[in-house]
Amino acid sequence: MRAFAELYDAIDRTTATQGKVAALVAYFGSASPDDAALAVSFLIGRRPKRLVKSGDLRAWTAAAAGIPDWLFEESYAQAGDLAEAISLLVPETSVEADDMSLVYWVQEQLLPLARLEPALQREVLLHVWRTLRGSSRFVFNKLITGSFRVGVSAGLVVRALSQVSGVSGDAISHRLMGQWEPSGDWYARLMHPDTDDADWSRPYPFYLAYPMEQELTALGAVHEWQVEWKWDGIRAQLVRRRGKTLLWSRGEELLAGRFPEVEQTAEFLPDGTVIDGELVAWRDGVPLPFSELQKRINRKTVGRKLLNDVPCAMIAYDLLEYGGTDLRTSSMQERREALEAVVRALPAGRTMHLSPLIEPKSWESVHAARADSRTMRAEGLMLKRRASAYGVGRRVGDWWKWKVTPLTIDAVLVYAQAGHGRRAGLYTDYTFAVWDNDALVPFAKAYSGLTDVEIRAVDRYVRQNTLEKFGPVRTVTPGLVFELAFEGIQESSRHKSGIAVRFPRINRWRTDKLPADADSLETIRAMLREVRSTA
Amino acid sequence: MLRVTESGLYCDLGDFFVDPWRPVPRAVVTHAHSDHLTWGCGSYLVSERGLGVTRERLGEWSGRAEGMPFGEVREINGVRVSFHPAGHILGSAQVRLEHRGEVWVASGDYKTDPDPTCDAWEPVRCHTFITESTFGLPIYRWPAPREVFAGINAWWRENAAAGRASLLFGYGLGKAQRLLAGLDPSIGPILVHGAVDRMTALYREAGVDLPPTEYATASRGVATGAMVVAPPSTDGSAWARKFGEHSTAFASGWMLVRGARRRRSVDRGFTLSDHVDWPQLLQAIDATGAERVLVTHGFTGPVVRWLREQGLSADALATRYEGERDDAQVLTAESESDTTAGVSAQPAGDPRVATGDEFAGDADDIRTSSTSDGGPPVIRDGSDARGADE
Repeated sequence: MRAFAELYDAIDRTTATQGKVAALVAYFGSASPDDAALAVSFLIGRRPKRLVKSGDLRAWTAAAAGIPDWLFEESYAQAGDLAEAISLLVPETSVEADDMSLVYWVQEQLLPLARLEPALQREVLLHVWRTLRGSSRFVFNKLITGSFRVGVSAGLVVRALSQVSGVSGDAISHRLMGQWEPSGDWYARLMHPDTDDADWSRPYPFYLAYPMEQELTALGAVHEWQVEWKWDGIRAQLVRRRGKTLLWSRGEELLAGRFPEVEQTAEFLPDGTVIDGELVAWRDGVPLPFSELQKRINRKTVGRKLLNDVPCAMIAYDLLEYGGTDLRTSSMQERREALEAVVRALPAGRTMHLSPLIEPKSWESVHAARADSRTMRAEGLMLKRRASAYGVGRRVGDWWKWKVTPLTIDAVLVYAQAGHGRRAGLYTDYTFAVWDNDALVPFAKAYSGLTDVEIRAVDRYVRQNTLEKFGPVRTVTPGLVFELAFEGIQESSRHKSGIAVRFPRINRWRTDKLPADADSLETIRAMLREVRSTA
Repeated sequence: MLRVTESGLYCDLGDFFVDPWRPVPRAVVTHAHSDHLTWGCGSYLVSERGLGVTRERLGEWSGRAEGMPFGEVREINGVRVSFHPAGHILGSAQVRLEHRGEVWVASGDYKTDPDPTCDAWEPVRCHTFITESTFGLPIYRWPAPREVFAGINAWWRENAAAGRASLLFGYGLGKAQRLLAGLDPSIGPILVHGAVDRMTALYREAGVDLPPTEYATASRGVATGAMVVAPPSTDGSAWARKFGEHSTAFASGWMLVRGARRRRSVDRGFTLSDHVDWPQLLQAIDATGAERVLVTHGFTGPVVRWLREQGLSADALATRYEGERDDAQVLTAESESDTTAGVSAQPAGDPRVATGDEFAGDADDIRTSSTSDGGPPVIRDGSDARGADE
């Protein structure tokens, strides 16, 4: 456990990529295969879900620290992280116990918590808190609260594993896809030099696009590019092998049973076919707004009514495997031609549609197409070099995403709440309101978009202009105006304003405006009408 | 015996102020940090041990400062005034006021952890104790200073072995000298920034034993493996870059919390404070035997509530003291962009702005209490805000 905690500290301490990779290499070079397997799974984000209720953890911590609940809450707000608050508050043993393996702490202490009654969970935790010290205890607490995160990307972990094993990074990435249990045997297979292994259920690593920030003309000639819509759904990979269908989300979650209509269509695909596409709600030949798809997303099982109300389909972008052959090194153009043949061979009434191509004659027409995105219910455009292979992860150069210009509105800060982690103890989570006649109606929350300096200034404003406190939330005197940007806009019965916006964030602080200059609900309704009428 | 006025803590009976934040005729001052020592007063009474650093800070007003040894009593209009060590920085004092048997102690900033660069805090029995609350939450429990220094020296040794300079940031007055005293000079040369150098010389004059240091001038060039002690505002500056490849660290009580450490974005954060942590705060209050506690700058609200729940009489006191600041450079940057939030510009030409750091504690409880008792509204970085070193 101590070695893993030291790895955590080493990564946490440095912002330099080299230093992080060196720490990972040192750890994987000396850890047991069992420990290393767990470490890989935690580092790439496959951490256990919260195992103990937050309320229980808070109560037990306060009791162990000998403080009342209100003082715990004040402390937690300042620490900004439950695991850290626990570590700072519960007295630590002065006697260092013998170091046990990561596997011991995870398999024998951590995971069994899920099956225990609260009273027994409490006994286990008090024992752990009395035994572990320092970073080991903090890391354990991060695992209990389901908030284990550390500043390395999966890419850096792959790079380190590749350095230690000599196996190529792409092969390691591929082996990390799909479903696996972190065990010593699994780790041995992960690091094995023979790359001809195959787990038939495994999807390919997704290739991701970079946001377009330069001029289109910098991309060269327009005919070298495949241009299509960027659909607003769930990016997914449909794997058809051995007579079975596996639908994987980009988060590598198996979507079995969630989109039965798509899985039915997949039965018509030949074995050894893998399609990359977007799952969307779909009716009468057009995609429905994302909010419709949301009704399907969180359902494990889908009833007949929901299937009728929100029918779904897959928009096919790419063909990664055909006839059992990995096509990823073929060109986009070749893969697209093969994809068209595969999709067109499906029977009528299918729920698999080719992503329509925009065949622009010039970069000007690409500009024009982008301006039409909202009408098409798309988020913008995708530009893929026709000669490009299907890569691994996010790489600059061949694939670009070019989103629509967001809608913007000027809104007034009305509520604030303290942030977490890096923003601990600072008021960084804001609720914004717009005018509805003479009243300010809250309509969106936003967390991102301000610089550190601006965050400090807003934090100060919040502290000095607090009207009331409701638990962690403060209402403030309306005084600050911000321009919010958002991608989409919909009616909503769940919001007080009757409006829901998608991906709201702060575009800029309008220090030149007073609350009276902020926009009104009517302006937003007009935007909604405009988006609708063109759709 | 003391009450908050627009200019500071005022003693009506003695007609003097303790740590005023505006110029007043007569000031009794706990220590030389700029949120406790304001310019332009008619006279200053400080501890004899703190006279050197106070005069340095007062500049053109230095002639108005007078020192009085710890423990000595002076009667001012019938109020018996004496200084007692506060353990915060060189010469820092608690001010004891006695009138007709009633005793008040205003403790300024203080700590009870060992520190070879200043006289150790002494409990002073009193009826009313005025305490800071900079780190007044139970999450704040300091590691033993010798462990922290072992960590600092280990970091330095590692950097020196790798051919890197070590840039250690701490406030120019107090923290920097405490850091110097804990460094192991066998590892390599120790350089100091100009702001640290002036104060360090005064510490030496006062008889504080510090390892040899060199003034880090621009002409000196890159010093491989050297330790450089500098104010936080030099982080990322052109001055810092001339040391070539280097690792940075910040020494402050705020570095205990990971979020604050990450926000600071230095390579290392060392938890070292010149203020009391939570257990020390409660022990200190207990040791005074005070029946009434007035709580100033920091986590005022939680500390007052806790003390009341323990059966003490406790209230918040609305002062403008700032405790230990956590983030460099923000103050000056904000004051330019932030007219909306009521922050006005720094006084022009204040040399201390350059080392100014922003305080991360909670000020709202102070504000609330000040308006309820009719006292002056406190806006921390108001019109006469200064960038204090600590």
